Amino acid sequence: MDPDAVLLARIQFAFTIAFHIIFPSFTIGLAAFIATLLVRWRLTGREYLRTLARFWTKIFAVSFAMGVVSGIVLSYQFGTNWSQFSVVVGNVLGPLLGYEVLTAFFLEASFLGIMLFGWDRVSPNLHVTSAVLVAVGTSISAFWILAANSWMHTPAGHEIRDGIAYPVDWLKIIFNPSFPYRFSHMFTAAYLTTSLVVLAVGCRYLVKARFVEESKTMIRMGLGMVAVLAPLQAFIGDMHGLNTAQYQPVKVAAMEAHWDGSKPANLVLFAWPNETEERNDFEISAPIPGLASFIITHSADGLFKGLKDFRPEDRPPVKPVFFAFRTMVAIGLLMIGIGLVGAFLWWRKSLFDTRWYLSTVQYAWPLGFIAILSGWWVTETGRQPWVATGILRTADAVSPVTFGAVLTTLILFVLVYTAVFSMGIYYINRLIEKGPQGALIAPEPDDKALPNRPLSAAKEANQQATEG
Amino acid sequence: MEDTSYWLPLIWVGILGIAVTLYVVLDGFDLGIAILFPLNPQEHRRDVMMNSVAPFWDGNETWLVLGGGGLFVAFPQAYGVIMPAVYLPVIIMLLALVFRGVAFEFRWVSKPKHQFWDLAFTYGSIVAAFMQGVILGSILQGITVENGKFAGGTFDWFTPFALFIGVATVAGYALLGATWLTMKTHGEVSEVSRQHAKKLLLIVLAAMLIVSLWTPLAFERIYERWFTWPNMIYLAPIPLLTAGAAWLVWKGLHRNEDHTTAFYASVALFLLGFAGLAISNVPYLVPPTLTIWQTAAHPSSQMFMLVGTAVMLPVILGYTVFVYYTFRGKVKHGEGYH
Ligand code: HDD
Ligand code: HEM
Ligand code: HEM
Repeated sequence: MDPDAVLLARIQFAFTIAFHIIFPSFTIGLAAFIATLLVRWRLTGREYLRTLARFWTKIFAVSFAMGVVSGIVLSYQFGTNWSQFSVVVGNVLGPLLGYEVLTAFFLEASFLGIMLFGWDRVSPNLHVTSAVLVAVGTSISAFWILAANSWMHTPAGHEIRDGIAYPVDWLKIIFNPSFPYRFSHMFTAAYLTTSLVVLAVGCRYLVKARFVEESKTMIRMGLGMVAVLAPLQAFIGDMHGLNTAQYQPVKVAAMEAHWDGSKPANLVLFAWPNETEERNDFEISAPIPGLASFIITHSADGLFKGLKDFRPEDRPPVKPVFFAFRTMVAIGLLMIGIGLVGAFLWWRKSLFDTRWYLSTVQYAWPLGFIAILSGWWVTETGRQPWVATGILRTADAVSPVTFGAVLTTLILFVLVYTAVFSMGIYYINRLIEKGPQGALIAPEPDDKALPNRPLSAAKEANQQATEG
Repeated sequence: MEDTSYWLPLIWVGILGIAVTLYVVLDGFDLGIAILFPLNPQEHRRDVMMNSVAPFWDGNETWLVLGGGGLFVAFPQAYGVIMPAVYLPVIIMLLALVFRGVAFEFRWVSKPKHQFWDLAFTYGSIVAAFMQGVILGSILQGITVENGKFAGGTFDWFTPFALFIGVATVAGYALLGATWLTMKTHGEVSEVSRQHAKKLLLIVLAAMLIVSLWTPLAFERIYERWFTWPNMIYLAPIPLLTAGAAWLVWKGLHRNEDHTTAFYASVALFLLGFAGLAISNVPYLVPPTLTIWQTAAHPSSQMFMLVGTAVMLPVILGYTVFVYYTFRGKVKHGEGYH
């Protein structure tokens, strides 16, 4: 196969999936947040909780729609761009993705209708249940897709005959060695990302003294989650790394830019990995000797494999893995900081009056997304040159389509995604700008007719008269 | 083992058939409504039209994921051949679906400056429908395969036959959309749609006739399937039932107090058209070379999925019906949550 077409297919896949994951990261957490608000509303009867849920539902709807359309593209890309991948690992991965459709997508998609349109149409209990089911659906979806993805990293429970993977033990396939770590790390990442967005939006309102009651709820709920989840995430990430050291040592070597496996490693804070000369330029290490060895082997003079222990054609590209890993961890530490400081202010009962904190944290909303993208960058690039470790190389997975065809579609994807999704983000920002009661406070000149709003009832009557 | 590897692929073809049929019918009227947008330029009409499907569209589109995913699961070999063969039509269809999908939300949040999303909704749907027809047409006309891999060119799908099927699909979806609107709305929109449906029915019937003549004339294997003895006798009910369904649509559209017959009959019309095409191509999944058995996944994969499908499919159908039931009746103006 034409190596350039392989490269383009990889860029195309990386581009489409990176766009996709932005939305699930947000909708998985947001669905749970909305469901929690609605359940609390049912339990306490406090009306502003419902207002808040309704507000976030609008944002959820826009972001969910983008998640759905970009996801459908992905499910077809396995065939269009990676058809040999389907042939070689289809017997194993197909059912996992199939179960995702059967158990998750239909659940989400069907009850989404009731969640969005059922506010005044179905009983409150049914409505709340629908919101809970949507949240459950998104989690089930993450379960299956991460099982599939983890199997590609650490395959288990299969056998190879004539170059094709056949399933032997489904439980081993689903609960493959890296799955528990990847699932908990990604799931926590989604909740963390959403919590940070909720927290940031709350701060944004409170700084301007808008929607005070709602914004305090958002800050409390968001901050509470961040304070707990951020340290937890670092812990899970550490465990995840230990697992990777065991099953994909070359990836860990790339993450740490560790070349020589015969000596204990210092923790590299910054370096410019030089792949031709197999060493690091401009290296700055942490002053504690053997820190990297300590993190990975839990002993300061422990040894772990270095990049030189692997043939160059079996190594992943080092720079992207190394830098993406550092970005993720740095953001992780920053989030722990945001959580700790916030929790301290909360405990001192000065959280809502500490302006510098609120006006800084209002800009923290993109952090989770960047960390998630970096994290995936580490995992997926670190797996190269394999699509499925030890089974199929990326270069052998590609479809028999021509360079020109892939290039055309890549350009189309870039154009369409950039246009559509930047509009989407713009609209989300506008919804946030309007706020939980935006429509009531500042109705737009040509407001949409909602039958339960007095303002539009007259207009509706008018229109119905014209309709006859 | 012999037995399961014979029966499992057959069962899976059945399941895929159900998924694809449900997709075509359900998303068919969604797309059809957007295809009718140019005939209904008034904003309030468009609001009602969109709201008549807004709670369902995501669920409807999920059948497309099941169809594509099901092919991947049960027949990875066919998936690996068909997808590269129709690479461009599939990607263009997906991009078109991106536009129409986000339009469901963006059109409301961008009001009053929503004109662009009206266009995105309309043309996204037209292009998606057209490409779905082209994909169907290119599979029917045959795919070049060597050593179990696709071996044709990038533009093999670009033939008059496939393009014609594309146009016919657009008309067909528009008919479904028009009869759906007749049923789900009242007043102006319902009336106008009834008039549109009458014209569309004639176009769809003409297209079906052309396809029924074109396929046997162009493809020897299809001619033999339909016009040899005794197949002719066994297959005769298909055209007869099709004529019956067409007549019911026509009657339904001409009785003013009747709002449902035309929709259900036009669904039946679609199903029969599908049955005809399926019969033309049994037992091939990638005509004219790969049969369903040659492309089937390993029996253990098919079995593992079948267990889940047997449990989940009824559940899914259950809540699909539940959602339609929840939003039953005619849409009122201004119904929505935005
Ligand atoms: C950790 C979670 C996660 C990951 C890694 C992925 N997805 Fe996803 N996907 C979801 C979590 C999710 C979700 C939460 O279930 C979505 C996102 C937002 C949404 O609207 O539903 C979704 C939607 C979604 C849809 C539309 C479902 C519908 O019609 O409702 C499809 C077809 C896919 N995805 C397919 C994929 C594929 C093929 C992926 C990998 C290659 C993938 N997703 C990665
Ligand atoms: C959702 C978050 C994900 C992100 C952000 C992500 C990111 C990436 C990136 C950046 C690449 C390109 C790597 C390279 O070529 O250097 C890639 C490749 C790939 N990923 Fe992922 N990935 C994600 C999840 C998944 C999942 C869940 C699957 C499958 C179940 C998957 C399957 C693949 C495949 C098949 C390739 C192409 C072959 C390859 O280049 O390795 N990815 N992904
Ligand atoms: C602060 C300490 C953190 C550590 C030590 C850590 C550790 C890791 C490691 C070792 C991997 C690579 C796993 C592999 O081998 O494939 C990884 C991946 C990933 N990380 Fe982190 N991480 C941290 C923080 C975060 C944060 C804050 C987020 C997002 C909010 C995040 C999101 C991800 C994602 C999405 C992946 C890819 C999926 C996966 O493999 O689980 N991480 N992380």
